[in-house]
Amino acid sequence: MLKTVISYPHMGNYAAVFERLFAQLFPRAEVRSPPPITQRTLELGGRHSPDFVCAPFKYNVGNYIEALEAGANLLFQTGTGCRYGHYGELQEQILRDLGYDFRFACLSRENSRPSAALRTLHAAGCQLPAHKIAAALYLALLSIRGLDEMEFWMRENIGFAQSSDRIMAIHRAFLHKVRQADSAAQMMRAIESGRCAMQAIKLDKPEHPLRVGVVGELYTLMEPFSNFNLERQLASDGISVSRAMGIWFLLFGRSDARSLQEGGGYLRYPVGANGVDSVAQSLSYARRGYDGILHLKSFGCIPELNAGPALRALSKREGIPILQMSFDTHSGEVGAATRLEAFVDMIRMRKGA
Amino acid sequence: MTGRTSLGVDVGSVSTKGVVIDGDGNLLAEAYIATQADPIGAAKQIVASLEKQLGGGVKVESVGVTGSARRLIGAMLGANAVKNEITAHAVGALARHPGVRTILEIGGQDSKIILIKGGVVVDYAMNTLCAAGTGAFLSSQAARMGMRVEEIAQAALRARHPAKIAARCTVFAESDLVHKAQAGHSKDDLMAGLCQAVVANYLSNVGKGKQIRPPIVFQGGVSKNGGVVRAFEEALSAEIHVDSDSHLMGAVGAAVLASKAQTGVSFDFQVSRRPCRTTARECAGCANRCEIVTFFAGQLKIDSWGAKCEKGSA
Repeated sequence: MLKTVISYPHMGNYAAVFERLFAQLFPRAEVRSPPPITQRTLELGGRHSPDFVCAPFKYNVGNYIEALEAGANLLFQTGTGCRYGHYGELQEQILRDLGYDFRFACLSRENSRPSAALRTLHAAGCQLPAHKIAAALYLALLSIRGLDEMEFWMRENIGFAQSSDRIMAIHRAFLHKVRQADSAAQMMRAIESGRCAMQAIKLDKPEHPLRVGVVGELYTLMEPFSNFNLERQLASDGISVSRAMGIWFLLFGRSDARSLQEGGGYLRYPVGANGVDSVAQSLSYARRGYDGILHLKSFGCIPELNAGPALRALSKREGIPILQMSFDTHSGEVGAATRLEAFVDMIRMRKGA
Repeated sequence: MTGRTSLGVDVGSVSTKGVVIDGDGNLLAEAYIATQADPIGAAKQIVASLEKQLGGGVKVESVGVTGSARRLIGAMLGANAVKNEITAHAVGALARHPGVRTILEIGGQDSKIILIKGGVVVDYAMNTLCAAGTGAFLSSQAARMGMRVEEIAQAALRARHPAKIAARCTVFAESDLVHKAQAGHSKDDLMAGLCQAVVANYLSNVGKGKQIRPPIVFQGGVSKNGGVVRAFEEALSAEIHVDSDSHLMGAVGAAVLASKAQTGVSFDFQVSRRPCRTTARECAGCANRCEIVTFFAGQLKIDSWGAKCEKGSA
């Protein structure tokens, strides 16, 4: 029988978590993350996706094609919240039309509920007893929380480190442990030692650094390739970057009701996916005295498009600059850099005045 | 004296502008030519022209570069300030009009609005994706009608009944212009309609949601077009200030930024006679296939860009 080779799309550094999770759930299968996202990934995805679908769809399709080329034959997808939840079926059809032979496990929408997900896993060949599945999921969640916490700290501080190389090395070492961890206890030790190592880093941070909050559509925020590494550009300008978005936040940190309540009345109804979160987080950044907000989304993201008018009103009334940027498959990297540089100049001038 | 004597160069998609200012911001020399897709050649011509105007005896102690070719020309001139067009235009306008609240800027391929409060940029917007209603569109339409771009303003100002031209998109605007011409509208009325369309497009795209408060300064190449200036005045019911050097303000801003930067550079006008070249290659390090441009002055490698990672920097 053909050996099962599992793969899934990239997003930020979470492939390390999925790699470990699937290796535990499917001990007899091989788990192979797709090759890192490159321009080729995006070109492949763009070519085989509907033109006006949002960019994450195109990245996912590119990842799937490169994973299939590398021998994968069982692909995973998930999605809820917006039309992302309907992507899986369409992507599967696109890949079949291209002539690939594979199985597709889609944990989207109603299929993301535990009972349905368990059924899908069983159908895909996971024969573990329930308590082992639970243990593997617990380890994955712990890894996600550790990774999100570390990267949150990095965004806020890497712009002030005397050497960012050391931070990147600690981060790499942690990702390695995420790929290897066997137990929750091991993971907790890895999180603790990563935390200690980061805290030992010497920072050259002014008392009142420029602070920018980043809000918007989840994939564009979490996959740096898709936003031209804007967070890195901000950090290299000596700016502390705050972003709440991460998988842990999506799973446990958000609720439309709370975000509406904390949104100061700028939105009165949920607008899909993370639209209300963008507004609530922006208001929170404004009240905490941040110098500016970046609102990032993929071109054609409806929930964040819906949040736009509320954010413009918020920007005006709370007096905080908000730069909105949309990303697609075109390579307007210089244009994005120009706008961001002007934004940084502006918030620096405002702070100095 | 508040700063150094400074060279400022604005290398845009359509035109290249250069100025030399003294420490108090007074213009000592200025030059303006078409870029014609040769930013290096254009910048060299600008430097040579400025040198000729100054006639020696002026020591330039800092260099600022802005515009879409700022990286390339910044490397060539050894600039100590390389800045985006938005900041440069704001600084340029503020140097001349310290009380300005709104800067309207329309160049060859881009347009922007900058809002100022208390001498500080508080908001801005730039056209995205589409160059509708910028200078390149005006000149292409003028050429189609057998006019020089300088003649648009005279024609527009003569018009009695400006033709209504769709403003949303240049493709629709052009078909409107063709249709109205065939229906018998005069060229003057068409040109006035075109100027109004440019303004309507600007206000509904770049200016959308922005509070345009006086004093208003209009700059960039298109500000030289009196027809567009009048269309702005009518649309905004406000006075529009157009500086005599309004087309140079990006270069002035770059010069001011360089002049006030912490460290200067000693600039040699010889650079306009020095051979320099660029090479382009595709990095084979990974599937990104980054297009890397390397800039050489003589045999000496000055800078390279375009790589996403260190593999491409070798």
